[in-house]
Formats: sequence, C-alpha cells, structure tokens
Amino acid sequence: MKRVFGGPAIFLDRSDINTDEIIPARYLTEVTKEALKPYLLEDLKLSGFDPGGKALQKATVVVARKNFGCGSSREHAPWSLEVNGIYTVIAESYARIFRQNMFNCGMLAIELPAADIDKIFAMADHGEVDISVDLEGHRLTAISGSRKEVFNFDISPFDQALVEAGGWVEFADQRY
Amino acid sequence: MGQTIAQKIFAAHLREEPFPGTYVLDLDRVLCHEITTPVAIADLEWRGKDRVFDPNKIKAVIDHVTPAKDSKTAIQGKILREWAERHSIPDFFDIGQNGVCHALFPEKGFIRPGFTVIMGDSHTCTHGAFGAFAAGVGTTDLEVGILKGVCAFRKPQSILVNIAGTLPEHVYAKDVILHIIHKLGVNGATDCVIEFRGPVVDAMSMDARMTLTNMAIEAGGTCGICLPDQVTVDYLWPFISEEYESKEAALSDFKKWHSDDDAEYAKVLDIDVTGLEPQVTYDYKPDCVKSAREMAGTPVNQVYIGTCTNGRLEDLQQAAEILRGHKLAPNVRGILSPGTPKVFREAMDQGILAVFMDAGFCITNPTCGACLGMSNGVLAPGEACAATSNRNFQGRMGKGGMVYLMSPATAAATGIKGAVTDPRDL
Ligand code: SF4
Repeated sequence: MKRVFGGPAIFLDRSDINTDEIIPARYLTEVTKEALKPYLLEDLKLSGFDPGGKALQKATVVVARKNFGCGSSREHAPWSLEVNGIYTVIAESYARIFRQNMFNCGMLAIELPAADIDKIFAMADHGEVDISVDLEGHRLTAISGSRKEVFNFDISPFDQALVEAGGWVEFADQRY
Repeated sequence: MGQTIAQKIFAAHLREEPFPGTYVLDLDRVLCHEITTPVAIADLEWRGKDRVFDPNKIKAVIDHVTPAKDSKTAIQGKILREWAERHSIPDFFDIGQNGVCHALFPEKGFIRPGFTVIMGDSHTCTHGAFGAFAAGVGTTDLEVGILKGVCAFRKPQSILVNIAGTLPEHVYAKDVILHIIHKLGVNGATDCVIEFRGPVVDAMSMDARMTLTNMAIEAGGTCGICLPDQVTVDYLWPFISEEYESKEAALSDFKKWHSDDDAEYAKVLDIDVTGLEPQVTYDYKPDCVKSAREMAGTPVNQVYIGTCTNGRLEDLQQAAEILRGHKLAPNVRGILSPGTPKVFREAMDQGILAVFMDAGFCITNPTCGACLGMSNGVLAPGEACAATSNRNFQGRMGKGGMVYLMSPATAAATGIKGAVTDPRDL
C-alpha cells in the first residue's frame, strides 16, 4: 500500500487534542473504518473550526500543537483520519499510543520543533497551505501563495520501516 | 549503571532490537475487550491470519457495554465471544462473570511481577501496580500481540515519584494521583514509566496502588509501576502458593525486579501528602485540579462511583462510610457500578450495597457503564457528573456534559449536598 503523503493542511491551533475529540466514544460501536468517516473531530470545540466545514473536507494533512492524540488508546482516531484521506499529522509532540498507532497503520506522525510549528501556523494566516513530504529525504515543504518554507524532520528507522512496509502487521508477520 | 524495574523487565523479555532504540518484547499477557478487539479480529480474518500465539496468555472480557444496549454492541460481543471459543481461550468472561477489565484481570491473579502486558486500552497501565510492565496499545499492536505475542516499544525512561508523609483523613490514592498529574501535566510523562515509591505507597493496599497506576496515562505515561512487596505477595498468594514454597520465597523472588539503587531516572518528583486536601478536577483536562474546597458549591446532576480507577471494594467502602445515614440531594442521580462480580458480592455481604441503596443510588452490574458515554448513565448537554473515573474530556460522558473527577469519598459527599463538597465539611 504505497501512499502519497502531504497536500492541503488544516490547522488545529491547540495543544492536548485528545482522541475523544478526534472520534467520540459513541462511535466506537462501529466495526468498520469507513463508518467513522462523518464523525471526524465532531466534538472538537475550537474557534474558527467547523467539523462539517469545507476546510476539513479538503485537508489531507493536520497541523497541531503539543501532545496531539492524548487520552484513549482507540485506533479509531487514526482510522477516522485515514478514511478522510488524512495520512499525515504534523505536531510539536504526540501522545505515545496515538503516535505508534499512526505508524502502525502506515501513516505519518511528524514531529517538528515549536519554532517550526509556529512558522507553519504563521503561513496559514496568509491563506491556504499546501504541504509536501519527502519521506526519504526527511524533509517537508510548506507552500502558501508565493511563500515557501522547508523543514527537516526526524523519524526513527523503525517508524520509517513501518510506513514503508505498510504497517506493523505486515512488518511483524514477515519477521516474527 | 543500575537498572530500573522497567529496564529489568525489558531485558528479560527482549526478543530483538530491530533498530537502535526499538525493543521488541515477548508478551506474557495480551488482554482483550469487546471495543478494540473485534476490529483486530476482523482484520486478522481479512488477512487470512485468524490465529492466536498462545490461548493461555490471552484473556478476554466483555466489559464496556454489557448487557449489550443495541445491535451494534451485541455484534461486538458476539465477535469476541465466538473468537474466544474458536481459539479455545480458556479465560473469557461474559455476562454473569464479567467486570471492568482492569479490576477483573488482576483479581483473577493473571498479573504477576515482572510480566509484560498489553491491551487495546489506555488504562492498561493499571496492572503496573503488581510490578509488571503494562501498556495500553492500539488495535494494530493488539493484533500483532494476538498473532505473534510481541510488541515494540521505545527504550523506557522512568520518572521516579517518591510519595512521603501521612495521608490525612479522607484523602486517598485518588487525591494523590490527581495531585501528581497536576504537577506533571497531561504530557509530563510521555514515553516514560512512572515509578511510584515511598512510605505512602508501601502502606497502600493493592486496591489503592491500582488507583495510583491507573491514571499514569493521564500524564502521558506508558505505564505506572510499583515495586512488588509483601502486599503484592499477600494479594497473589492464593494464585501462587503452588509455585513457591513460602511467602518468603515468593517475596525474595519478586525482589529481583526491584530497581537498583543507582538506577537512572529522567526525573524525580518528591511529594509530601501530609497537607494534601481532597482533589477535584475542573475544565476538560485531568491536570486541571483544585482542592475540593476551592471547587465547593459547584452543582452536579449525577454521581458516578465505579470504573477501573475506583470500582474496587476499598473504594466502595470509602464511599459507603460517607453515605451511611445520608441521602442523595434531591435531583441528584446516583449510579454505582461495582468493578467486578467479586466486588459486588463482597459489598453485598458487608452491607455496603444497602448503604448505597438507602442513600438512593441505582446499582448496575459490573461494567464500565457511565464512564465513557457509550453505555448507560449518559449526561444531557449542560449537565455535570461527579465521577470517580479518570477522564474529564469534553463530551466524555455524553455530548455537552461536564465531568468532575474525584475520590469515592468526595463523590459521596458531593452527592449528598448536590454540589462539590469536601468530605471533611459534611
Ligand atoms: S472504566 Fe472507563 S476508563 Fe476504565 S476501562 Fe472502562 S471505559 Fe476505560
């Protein structure tokens, strides 16, 4: 499953966005990922953010602040992103389980220093931001109008291997 | 350089280090419930890999929504039930025998010092109370655990929390852990194991230690852990008496897991609980904590006592002590969900359930229940609940609802007054 990472970004300007906000528990009775699609970020209360709005519909990248994905271990959180075509999250830091779930699903949870995150947020003030990700080169490029910024990111060799293998089940099954 | 208990457990379970800093561990326990496991089962089937690594190391329970409330939850239960049967998993707990996973599995003696444990549930950190490395994981990790008996982790760093002093009257493990989360912050322990030590922990029962370790995840911790001691041995003795000649022998064996004196910690936090007051959360994050007196007078519509944090016998005893001879305030709905059938039975035998009923509580079967707003006890928008659970996230107990986290004693006092009340001010 080769994926394309990057694309139009949506900006969630808050720290500690938890997995109950990403996908509320009342939808955990679903046993397919597809069924989660309409409920992404339904309970997130954030000024300027509309869970039913066009910006979220269009986005394939989420940009947030610190400790993204804290709380419940539900993998429904990355899945609800996945079924909405969002394979990339960029944040200053993550909760451990969410971060691992993203890589386990073959998706990207990229960590950038606060200063870089600030820069990307600042670009959003001038219009839509498009992100492209170079997974081999550990580089991402943010473009907004005539502005362009390039950032380097770290990814552990294990996490990279998971993304390349298409997730942890494939990786583990070949290896153990 | 000495090792922490977590590092010792890692070393004893290391399958391989596929990349520097990534540790693939052999698992002693893979625990399952009906919310996160059915998706793993479905995916394994879809991949043509519907197998389990060892049915004796897998334990499963239906606990979040039981009895089933609708077709969807009935299907989740059915998938888990049929899977347990198909793979001859001997320890599967269904209605009549079921209870909240993190209360039930320890009570059955499934968790031992030095074990590695995963579950598709963030509060798996609870099991660290026994000196195990126990971590919540997502469905994919759970899936690989079921199939291969392994899980990958980053190198464990530990935060040492030393708890000294004397707990004042009506101040409990719940107040201590809320205070610690307030100090650490909701991401203060991310990628770390929180090691709870000190005289206050030594004096705690296993019930109280589980309340402490249960909320390690609320500070972002991978696991909360206590060093196994005489209290651990006494608790486990009915399950281990054939493996060890004597309790002394068990204790000396368990001690091999103790952190070395020169072990290295990412951070050390010294807490003195002597002046600690009953604690209550405000807002929507578990590190937003004030004293019950600062929060006094905040009205509530519902009181919920139970959950993996505070649904054990000692918790019910502490609430009953406050409730005895009192009634819930008019317009306050009281719900008690004992953690397990054993807790239910013992609380019944001790007259504790009668105290709750006399106060006006409704008593449900052992289940997660109101904790996460997907079963019973859901709040209406604008309502508030005094809860002994562990999460006060926006919408957690129902869309537009508010949750105040507190100890069973504070929740009981709050129910009696209909507004947040310090049990000492009753
Ligand atoms: S009681 Fe609440 S926190 Fe504990 S396992 Fe159940 S739903 Fe999760």
